[in-house]
Amino acid sequence: MTVAHVHPQQPAGVSTETYASVAVTGAARSGGRRKRVRRNWSGWWFVGPFMLVFGLVFVAPLLYAMYLSFFRETLVGGNSFVGLENYAKAMVDPKFWEAMLRVSIFLLVQVPIMLGLALFAALALDSARLRWVPFYRLSIFLPYAVPGVVAVMIWGYMYGSQFGLVADINRFFGVELPSPLAENFILLSIGNIVTWEFVGYNMLIFFSALKAVPQELYEAAEIDGAGTFRTIFSIKLPSIRGAMVIATIFSVIGSFQLFNEPSILQTIAPNSITTYFTPNLYAFNLSFAGSQFNYAAAIAIVSGVITMVVAYLVQLAGEKNEKKA
Amino acid sequence: MSAVDTAARSGRAPSRLASGKVVRTESKRTKTATPRHKRASVTLGILMTLMLLYCLVPLWWLVVNSTKTMDSLYNSFAFWFSGEFALFQNIVETFTYKDGIFLRWLGNTLLYVVIGAGGATLLATLAGYGLAKYNFPGRKWVFAIILGAMAIPASALAVPQFLLFSGLGLTNTPWSVIIPSMVSAFGLYLVWVYAREAIPDELLEAARLDGAGEIRIFFVIALRQLAPALITVLMFTVVATWNNYFLPLIMLSDAQWYPLPVGLAQWAAQSSAIGGQAVPNLVITGSLLTVIPISAAFLYLQRYWQSGLTAGSVK
Repeated sequence: MTVAHVHPQQPAGVSTETYASVAVTGAARSGGRRKRVRRNWSGWWFVGPFMLVFGLVFVAPLLYAMYLSFFRETLVGGNSFVGLENYAKAMVDPKFWEAMLRVSIFLLVQVPIMLGLALFAALALDSARLRWVPFYRLSIFLPYAVPGVVAVMIWGYMYGSQFGLVADINRFFGVELPSPLAENFILLSIGNIVTWEFVGYNMLIFFSALKAVPQELYEAAEIDGAGTFRTIFSIKLPSIRGAMVIATIFSVIGSFQLFNEPSILQTIAPNSITTYFTPNLYAFNLSFAGSQFNYAAAIAIVSGVITMVVAYLVQLAGEKNEKKA
Repeated sequence: MSAVDTAARSGRAPSRLASGKVVRTESKRTKTATPRHKRASVTLGILMTLMLLYCLVPLWWLVVNSTKTMDSLYNSFAFWFSGEFALFQNIVETFTYKDGIFLRWLGNTLLYVVIGAGGATLLATLAGYGLAKYNFPGRKWVFAIILGAMAIPASALAVPQFLLFSGLGLTNTPWSVIIPSMVSAFGLYLVWVYAREAIPDELLEAARLDGAGEIRIFFVIALRQLAPALITVLMFTVVATWNNYFLPLIMLSDAQWYPLPVGLAQWAAQSSAIGGQAVPNLVITGSLLTVIPISAAFLYLQRYWQSGLTAGSVK
């Protein structure tokens, strides 16, 4: 997510945060925008094609999901309008809330660890105290290109007791380590896979934002006698706050959407991963295993709304800190 | 050390013209300039090497184990070669298993990537440019809708997407994977931010005075300026389409249309199912064959991300 790029041409006084908040809130502040050309319809030649496909892929399914969520398939095969009944059911559905709780725990543990590692790596790459920067940067970014399915399989095999890391350690030391695929550890194991996949991606977001910090600030800091850590906390971190907010929001959305990892691990750890392990997995299984499309639509909408609310809260928190600083 | 990195160090960012020619533009931000090079820190080197190992060891495991026979897979140290070197045998077996369905999956994946990611990049570039440089009725609405959509978890829409496509008779066809792949709100956002800065209105006005049409202006003038943003969007959409699992899993029921990730997951599931034929060596080798092309494309395109979106400024 390169939202937080500050452009060389960026007018003074428009902060990175402005760019970032435009992304999330849509509150397009006038970022030193030049005089617009006269108002006419020709812009639609360019925006039209995108909007057409966007309508079919995004807007229509969204409206359809809302429509579905107010109905119920009856045994006779007819559709009957049931108002908010599906939502009422979701509100008291223990499976759904268990799944929600699980992704919330995941989010609170995995996201800070992943972003912390990514931030550390970005600061290290930017510190001018590391040799071979391009090599490190590329290697840490590489897992992002590995298909999620393949990443889960590799780690799944390595977690396994047949051939992999755990098996080798057990054999070598003659111990019996707890399996990472056991019920108590599976969430941690998934967290590790997700961290592996996305730490480099987030690192690059932070690194790109750091690259855009004006050199003059560092010179000023040096004249003031600021040390490395002082520079990090007083200049670097405030300068990339926008990038941090964006990365957090995307990670939060990603956590709520967890699907690939648990769904693929399910085949090798069927006892640890239930059909309602995450809200997404639950909605998927309701639809494709249970054919309860109406209820699944309601579940998807509720979890979508919760996700948006949490993402918005993260955004607000980011803005609040900005005012304090 | 690529030319781009050298340039980045000396504070100069290369930008690439549509003609493929690299031009060097002096950039105003000279960060990480050589004077700031301090003594290398050993502690930092060690910590970063640990992180590097964490990121590369699983890939090392994949390479090592795709060279093993089934027998050595189960009975040897997982992180070093063992037994006979069976890589080529595994590759042949991967391509011939079940009448060579793997090759078909590879072809499907390429089809989805070329049309899906290519289409996504084209649509996002057109729309981002239109939003940045035109004032048209409904512009604010377009913004609101797209930014709102960026906040909606894509997977919340997966089920209704499936039902809608199924109503249109598109499920279980390549279109059901390609059409949703053609929308990249993030890509549009990137191009929009970039176009605002990289294309001066004066340039467009001058072209209009010369009597050039809007479409021609885009293809002749704007596209060149937008090249770095376009390549960045292409990189993201290619990776996303190649790696896509959830969408094709839902949309496709016929294995003939699977892309690689869905096919591999099916082989893996079959391996652990009771009574299914276990083919871990094929899953591992197939995974390696899936990772190699995308990694190569990714490594080739990623250098533009570094320079791409901070370069291209205009005086």
